[in-house]
Amino acid sequence: MSRPSAVFGSGLAKGLAVTFRTMTRRSHTAHYPDAQPELPPRSRGVIGLFEENCTVCMLCARECPDWCIYIDSHKETVPPAAPGGRERSRNVLDRFAIDFALCMYCGICIEVCPFDALFWSPEFEYAETDIHELTHERDRLREWMWTVPEPPALDPAAEEPKEIAAARKTAEKAAEKAAAEAAEQAEQRGEPE
Amino acid sequence: MDALDVTLRLVAVLLAFLVLPLLVGQTEHKVMAHMQGRVGPMYAGGFHGWAQLVADGVKFAQKEDVVPDGADRRIFQLAPAIALIPYLLVLVAIPVWPAPGNGGVGQAIDAGIFFVLAVMGVGVLGSLMGGWASANKFSLLGGLRTAAQLMAYELPMLLAAASVAMAAGTLSLPGILDAWEWWWLPWQIIGGFVFFTAGLAELQRPPFDAPVADSEIIFGAYTEYTGLRFALFLLAEYAGIVVLSALTAVLFLGGWHGPFADGLGWLWTLLKTALLSFVVIWLRVSYPRLREDQIQRVAWTALVPLALLQIALTGVVKVVM
Repeated sequence: MSRPSAVFGSGLAKGLAVTFRTMTRRSHTAHYPDAQPELPPRSRGVIGLFEENCTVCMLCARECPDWCIYIDSHKETVPPAAPGGRERSRNVLDRFAIDFALCMYCGICIEVCPFDALFWSPEFEYAETDIHELTHERDRLREWMWTVPEPPALDPAAEEPKEIAAARKTAEKAAEKAAAEAAEQAEQRGEPE
Repeated sequence: MDALDVTLRLVAVLLAFLVLPLLVGQTEHKVMAHMQGRVGPMYAGGFHGWAQLVADGVKFAQKEDVVPDGADRRIFQLAPAIALIPYLLVLVAIPVWPAPGNGGVGQAIDAGIFFVLAVMGVGVLGSLMGGWASANKFSLLGGLRTAAQLMAYELPMLLAAASVAMAAGTLSLPGILDAWEWWWLPWQIIGGFVFFTAGLAELQRPPFDAPVADSEIIFGAYTEYTGLRFALFLLAEYAGIVVLSALTAVLFLGGWHGPFADGLGWLWTLLKTALLSFVVIWLRVSYPRLREDQIQRVAWTALVPLALLQIALTGVVKVVM
């Protein structure tokens, strides 16, 4: 529907102008295999396992909607920390695997992990010709950890991170205590004079 | 004219026939892509996908040549040739550079315009044959639409060409160009518009591509074609673009006329042809497909009266001068 006031054919000319202008501008094509894409920092490419942090609590495997996480473990006893104490038992990880053919990249495992053992990595080039090889075993998941970007910086006026706040409080307390002790000692040394 | 001369001319025409449509096709790939903010083929041949159409040709040649069970076998197999060869014949008669006597043309024909328009009309028969012989309702629909379009647009095309023939007082294409003056450009502009538009419709190029409308009737008359025969139909479309652009350039834009026409006449013809081919591609990218009834209305209520107006104008100017 052209407006009655418009000159006949102005719409046609406008159409030609739009396509011509687009032709003179740069295209929007991402030249992917030739040029790597610039991914946003929180891209969900692959999941990395920081196995030193894993306690085999199985929360990730249980929350996974696709049941694509496989965990095997056994218990080991650790000698008592103090002489005469009780022996402790500890979980040892035998197998940790994620089947990326099933994974739907929801990130619930990463959310629920209470020990910060799972992380998102933006790496995405792990296509395989055999579907079985999409099941990444423990060592491969550990390798992905090297590609996990450092967490984004906090906002300028943000609250201190909890860990740092706690550490700083402890340090301040210790410093206060040390200062008080030093003052006390100085007093004691001063009295005999 | 000796045998060597004839052979050379024919080889040159054949070469142009094989190269120019591919050039137009590649340009379409690239121009259409950039008009849509894309880059088009980038890999085939290494540099910006220059060999994409060669790769396409190799692919088409490898494919199975299928003829449907219920098809009229011989007509079905003949159709692509009928669609393609007329454009080769037309190319023979198009003058490229000024030369006395025979001229820079494959074969100067006294009634050049007649020959060219008649043979171009034959090309459409290929679509009709394919549409009828395929034993497929979509093909048949496409063929019927092609026929309707041919009926509607052949008339304004002929009338527009007749206007130029009237102005020049000759039917020979080199003769028309010999008589051409620069002020014919504004004088014949309406006729040029009608001729070019009607030609687009006969080639079934967007926005007049209802006969092949892939989103409505699959691919019209070409639905059942595969492999090399399908490629020949596609090649016919691009050869058609070259021929239509060259003819419009010769009849309405002065062909070889331009600065240094004696030495660079062929360049002017090629440039004008290339420019018009670009416009054909540009129109395809810019406009949506016309509906079947809209196509008919454009022909009968706009192009035919405009062509008649052009003929009247030509007649009046001719008598007054």
